[in-house]
Amino acid sequence: MNSSFALSSTTFMYGLATVFYIGSFAFKQKMLAKIGFFVLVAGMVFNTAGIGLRWMESYQMGFGRAPFTNMYESLVFFSWTMAALYIFVELKYKEQGFGVFIAPLIFLAIAYASFDSSISARINPLIPALKSNWLIAHVVTCFLGYAGFALAFGCSLIYFIKPRQTANASFFDRLPDWEVIDELTYQMVVFGFLFLTIGIITGAVWANSAWGKYWSWDPKETWSLITWFVYAIFMHLRLMRGWHGKNLALVSIIGFMAVLFTYFGVNFLLSGLHSYG
Amino acid sequence: MKNQDSIPRQIWVFFCSVKLTVYILVLLAVTSIIGTVVLQNGSPGQYIDLYGNGLYNLIKVLHIDDMYHAWWFLFLLLLLCINIVVCSVERLSLVWKTIFPKQVRFHPDRFLKSATKQTITVEHHADRMADSCETWLSRQAGPVILQKDQNTTLLYAEKGRWTRIGVFVVHASVLLLLVGALVGSMFGFKASVRIDEGSQIRQVFAAKTREPIPLDFAITCNEFEVKFYDTGAPEEFRSNLTITENGQESITTDIRVNHPLRYKGINIFQSSYGTATPDAAVLAIVDNQTGDEISRTIQVGETIILPGDQGSFQLQGFLPHFDFRGQNLEETFFGKVSLTGEQAFQIGLPVKFPTFDKMRKGRFTFVVKDFEKRYYTGLQVTKDPGVWYVYAGFIMMILGCWITFFMSHQSYLVAVQPRDEGGAFIYLAGRTNRNTQDMKRRLARMKTHLENQLKKV
Repeated sequence: MNSSFALSSTTFMYGLATVFYIGSFAFKQKMLAKIGFFVLVAGMVFNTAGIGLRWMESYQMGFGRAPFTNMYESLVFFSWTMAALYIFVELKYKEQGFGVFIAPLIFLAIAYASFDSSISARINPLIPALKSNWLIAHVVTCFLGYAGFALAFGCSLIYFIKPRQTANASFFDRLPDWEVIDELTYQMVVFGFLFLTIGIITGAVWANSAWGKYWSWDPKETWSLITWFVYAIFMHLRLMRGWHGKNLALVSIIGFMAVLFTYFGVNFLLSGLHSYG
Repeated sequence: MKNQDSIPRQIWVFFCSVKLTVYILVLLAVTSIIGTVVLQNGSPGQYIDLYGNGLYNLIKVLHIDDMYHAWWFLFLLLLLCINIVVCSVERLSLVWKTIFPKQVRFHPDRFLKSATKQTITVEHHADRMADSCETWLSRQAGPVILQKDQNTTLLYAEKGRWTRIGVFVVHASVLLLLVGALVGSMFGFKASVRIDEGSQIRQVFAAKTREPIPLDFAITCNEFEVKFYDTGAPEEFRSNLTITENGQESITTDIRVNHPLRYKGINIFQSSYGTATPDAAVLAIVDNQTGDEISRTIQVGETIILPGDQGSFQLQGFLPHFDFRGQNLEETFFGKVSLTGEQAFQIGLPVKFPTFDKMRKGRFTFVVKDFEKRYYTGLQVTKDPGVWYVYAGFIMMILGCWITFFMSHQSYLVAVQPRDEGGAFIYLAGRTNRNTQDMKRRLARMKTHLENQLKKV
């Protein structure tokens, strides 16, 4: 087995899990969500193997390096962090309902990496700027943060789909209650916020050791700070101003848009230090 | 007028509001976008080309060409700082009493009326149960306060009271970061310098103004080396530098990207490289009328007399990249040919294209035969005495976030009430200052644990 086979299988399994979760929602079959969960876990096992194999393959090619250095690898890892976090949350909160929003995100990230021809899956050696011990800490924390925000986004969407009160046996019955979504959204934002904070900080420390500037208002830096501001606003609105429900969910959705722009928009539309991934 | 507050008081109240915080954060987020879209630190020409004259004036007035240092952006940051200080002072004066109470008090009703209260029914005698519960609770949460309310025994314990300080740590860290940035911009500098291999410099040039900044020591670049992968991508840039202070060599070391040299508060980083202007080149000069060819070493800047006294040639300079009709001809020497009785003209002599000058079809053809290729290393030189404040701020922010989001002040009450028919009711209730849902699950777990403990009695 090589990494490209493992990651293709991962894409397929995440796609299949998505189908099961959506099926479970559409046909109100709890069983389908359970199958979806197992497929998702299997997908994550392959995802982990794929990342590990890619790491080993880079050593076989003679320039071993961590597999977190370009758009392709970051998308694969983004899928992994979202899947890992979702599995953890489903086990902890015993809620399967919002998998219908998360599984497609997990699938989309890795599918986009595989199918967009402009994203190269080649394993290239590292340019000098990326040769640093900070690379792994920086990428891992940033993507854990992104994953937290992605899950918060998935939860927030439910507010706009499911009415506050639903009759039993309603179409939306399988989705979690507002009370649960409220808490889940908050927990995911908190998780994301902590890791985004650490991600920005590790990036700053790294920049200081590579270029002598911990902050240079590079577009990626600035957009990560904008994202950080949006979620800081979220915290203050919830904890200090008592916001809940739809209004707060809207802030979380805006926050995730900022995450997406930080991740994709900056790379494709603006120029800067992060153009490699 | 029912508000007769003094003006200082009104200002205090204005800065005390979290609404203001939210507005400032929204403004910071929205305005920060501008600097990622509009070119920063460009030349006036670039702005006029991109946006036209009218918009350029607007950009100039609002300092959008250096937005993150514009007065209004710094003013927003200042407002945020004042807001943080005022809010923290206001709240800390209240929270301080909660964090360090003279005496810990609790209100049993608040616990016993909570919806998350757990109930266990036991057959054993209440007094015995109270003892076991006290031991259990002290292990779970810490020292137990015991109270009797008629025949009910109330056991109270708490932990994590100090975690209420977490949110202040986070906000203090933001202030520390900004203080660090201020110290850095006041007492530090960011500069760069190019050093040819074998040369020494004593001053660097400020990043924005290009003003020279003298150093207390000299930097010599002994050697520069660039390594490439088979793919052609760069693998490593390495400069071997010597620091000389008061005429004495202090240190000789290699620097690479991500591996800078730090010397007496000054940081020296590898940032770029290029081909340095050589001192001289070996030129072949062919007289196309006689077919004679001579070879000469000419210093850059030197003028020579052409064979047969036909005029003169000056080797003017060198460019690492020569753009010729959109093509990069790479390393190229330049010279001025002055033939007797003709107007002088300039020629380019690309090293990689020896026949280039032949195409000119002049009396003489010049070819670069050889030159000593030397690199220059591009160094970033910075001094930032504020960086330690910033790093301390980073650590405080992570710790503060962890305390604020993942720890809480939890208090527990176990009430043991004798039943009329013998045995006892045991109530377990808990309160927390955040994450009440988590407390709900924790109480359910604790109930099971307590039940198991009591069965062993």
